[in-house]
Amino acid sequence: MSGIADVPPAIELIGIEKRFGPVHANKNIHMKVQKGTIHGIIGENGAGKSTLMSILYGFYLADAGEIRIDGAAVRLHNSQEAIAAGIGMVHQHFMLVEPFTVLENVMLGAEEGALLKQSIAKARIELKRLEDDYDLRVDPDAIVGDLPVGLQQRVEILKALFRGAEILILDEPTGVLTPSEADHLFRILRVLREQGKTIILITHKLREIMAVTDAVSVMRRGEIVATLATADTSLERLAELMVGRRVLLQVEKGDAAPMQTALSVQNLTVVDDRGVTVVDDISFNVRRGEIVGIAGVAGNGQSELLEVLAGIRPATSGTIELDGETIKGATAAGLRDRRLAHVPEDRHRMGLVVPFEENENAILGYQDDPAYGSGPFLDIAGIRDHAARQMQQYDIRPPNPRLRTSMFSGGNQQKIVLAREIERDPIVLLVGQPTRGVDIGAIEFIHKRLIELRDAGKAILLVSVELDEIRSLSDRILVMFAGKIVGETVPEASEQDLGMMMAGIELGVS
Amino acid sequence: MPGQLPRWADYVLLPAINVLAAFFVSGLVVLMIGEDPIEAVRILLWGSLGFGEGVGFTLFYATNFIFTGLAVAVAVHCGLFNIGGEGQAYFAGLGVAIACLSMDHLSWWLTFPVALAGAMAFGAFWALIPAYLQARRGSHIVITTIMFNFIASALMVYLLVEVLSPASSMQPESRTFEAGGRLPLARDLLPGLNLGQAPLNLSFLVALVAAVAVYVLIWRTRLGYEIRTVGTSPDAANYAGISSSKLIMITMLISGGLAGLMGINEIMGSQNRLVLEFTAGYGFVGIAVALMGRSHPVGVIFAAILFGMLYQGGAELAFEKPDITRDMIIVIQGLVILFAGALEHMFKPALIRVLAPAKTPLALDPAE
Repeated sequence: MSGIADVPPAIELIGIEKRFGPVHANKNIHMKVQKGTIHGIIGENGAGKSTLMSILYGFYLADAGEIRIDGAAVRLHNSQEAIAAGIGMVHQHFMLVEPFTVLENVMLGAEEGALLKQSIAKARIELKRLEDDYDLRVDPDAIVGDLPVGLQQRVEILKALFRGAEILILDEPTGVLTPSEADHLFRILRVLREQGKTIILITHKLREIMAVTDAVSVMRRGEIVATLATADTSLERLAELMVGRRVLLQVEKGDAAPMQTALSVQNLTVVDDRGVTVVDDISFNVRRGEIVGIAGVAGNGQSELLEVLAGIRPATSGTIELDGETIKGATAAGLRDRRLAHVPEDRHRMGLVVPFEENENAILGYQDDPAYGSGPFLDIAGIRDHAARQMQQYDIRPPNPRLRTSMFSGGNQQKIVLAREIERDPIVLLVGQPTRGVDIGAIEFIHKRLIELRDAGKAILLVSVELDEIRSLSDRILVMFAGKIVGETVPEASEQDLGMMMAGIELGVS
Repeated sequence: MPGQLPRWADYVLLPAINVLAAFFVSGLVVLMIGEDPIEAVRILLWGSLGFGEGVGFTLFYATNFIFTGLAVAVAVHCGLFNIGGEGQAYFAGLGVAIACLSMDHLSWWLTFPVALAGAMAFGAFWALIPAYLQARRGSHIVITTIMFNFIASALMVYLLVEVLSPASSMQPESRTFEAGGRLPLARDLLPGLNLGQAPLNLSFLVALVAAVAVYVLIWRTRLGYEIRTVGTSPDAANYAGISSSKLIMITMLISGGLAGLMGINEIMGSQNRLVLEFTAGYGFVGIAVALMGRSHPVGVIFAAILFGMLYQGGAELAFEKPDITRDMIIVIQGLVILFAGALEHMFKPALIRVLAPAKTPLALDPAE
């Protein structure tokens, strides 16, 4: 660590301020990131991480304050200026043209002249050099859309390096990766650090911070509440700083007392529109009073399985029984009547009509219920009263049923969905990614509710890509890979074993 | 998703700004051809609102626009862009004419409900095939409804020349209806208003009732809730067990029926015979009316009255100022459509910055 005192920090933020009307998104931010280090930024949703990074990447101009890159003050008006200043960004959602090759994607926007031939040749040489220097192997002629996500992310990193990035910002980079892919990414980040690059890692996963960063800044309500050397801190301490109080990372739950089978799936196969078998001959049961978790890397058929069970997508073959009666072919509306509730994986796309008022979303899927009106008419006042009561009961804030749903935070939006789905006292509850994009306080609330529902005798099927969530909630874990159930295991199974199963490796009896 | 304005700004302020901008540019055009824009506005306002007959004509045109505007608005709530209001209204004229031709020896109030039903049924029928093709085959409703406008046009020429035109006549039009095929005119019922020759008739009240019915449908019924869900988020509709294809069919039938009601105003209320091209582009203007009225029935009524004023006041203006020709009026109407329709979001970002800046970061938060 010698010499740091004389080298100016790669990034220095001095008194950054950003307001959006009454919302103070960034308050007097001071931060130094030393050259050649990996600096983590953690914080709950809405803590101001994204705003701060947007300022650093030129999307917003700070109201006050100064950005210094290598000691020199800069003003970044757009992302081109940020790139010119040596800042590269790897977005959470990749910015790639899928039908293009790796090479075409890397040079996109950086091509010189009207004819491509020369710049392609130049880019190919440069790409080769980058691959060698940083051990970032990708076939330059592969079509990006054909690559697995881990490699697509590598292309994003190459894009930034190709543009001469000295500082790399990664926004939630591991959300879509398997544990082993994430490990690989961390190895790449360490190589980049050795080569003198500076890396900012934005994440909400505390483990990643502990695993890979040198220093970490914790943000809360627009402020940096602490910057610590990673070696001097702990998971619990970081969680506490993030939320501002002590949190339970582990859900407290007693043993399950499973009763009779509520949901039974036999030899279920689903072929999608493209003719791909996305769910391949799956069989399992969920009993009343237990939570069965389905673990797996995103895109291995879990989403389709959940949609078929919820009646949104047709099954190709196999049987599905609810309380002993077949429900294959039943519609989503029909299944609701038979007390099967569904908290979908993507609340923005499916679980909510985001531009609607809150009270309107509180009846989505139940709009035909006699309780909400008479004949063809809706009882608007009654629906609003009902929503207001529900908001009280589930602590949905702000408690205004007429507010547009887009105005609620992720955690509160998820509570709106959850409240609606569990209010009808379902027999079976299908839950997909219940805490994706949800802040820690709401995660605690949602997890507790799910355990309570289990204890009240509901059969719960939980699909999540968050291994921690699966392990802390489930009574049994099924692991899916490439549309098949690779195996069943217990929540106490080691992370290595689970990771192997998620990569498709069948283990012996666990 | 863009940031959101308070409702009043979205429904009132933004359209008002758009109209003012359109008038400002129109004023520049008037200035360019060497006329006084202030004088032109004065004539336009006086011509449309300044005397009984002017008001009568303004409201008569507005009646057409309310129907076609509501038709577009209902479809918009289901995420459909029904460009076929013109053809649906045109074909609906046939339904009205059949009712009137066969019942005009009776009293008008006996003919009226049959003509209403005929207008709606024929208008809905003309939307049925495009709706089916969209719902079941995914053929884009914009393309199919445009094509159906042409089909309606050709079909009506054939019918008027070969079938409906009386043997003794060379005109491509049906015979004139007897009293039983004519709606009561406001000028006869309310002579005190000095409506002159204005053909304002009972259809205006029908239009207002239709606007209320659309409001109730969209915001107070289960069907309207489902329409809006399909229109806003087809995936959420699917999740909620709502059949998008069924809703597309139902909505387009309602939309076509509303467009069809325009035939009542023109055929039974004013022309009293079926004539070629009686729709005269009102169906297309309905698109601008719906856009400007933010697809809300109240907005549609106000936008329809504005376009009624442009039609009537424009005619007066062309009459008073020979330099400002009929074509100039069309230019002005075009500018209003441009600003209220095509450029409807032009002032929105600025307005959001002024009125609702706090709400932008929430919507832009990439973590969501």
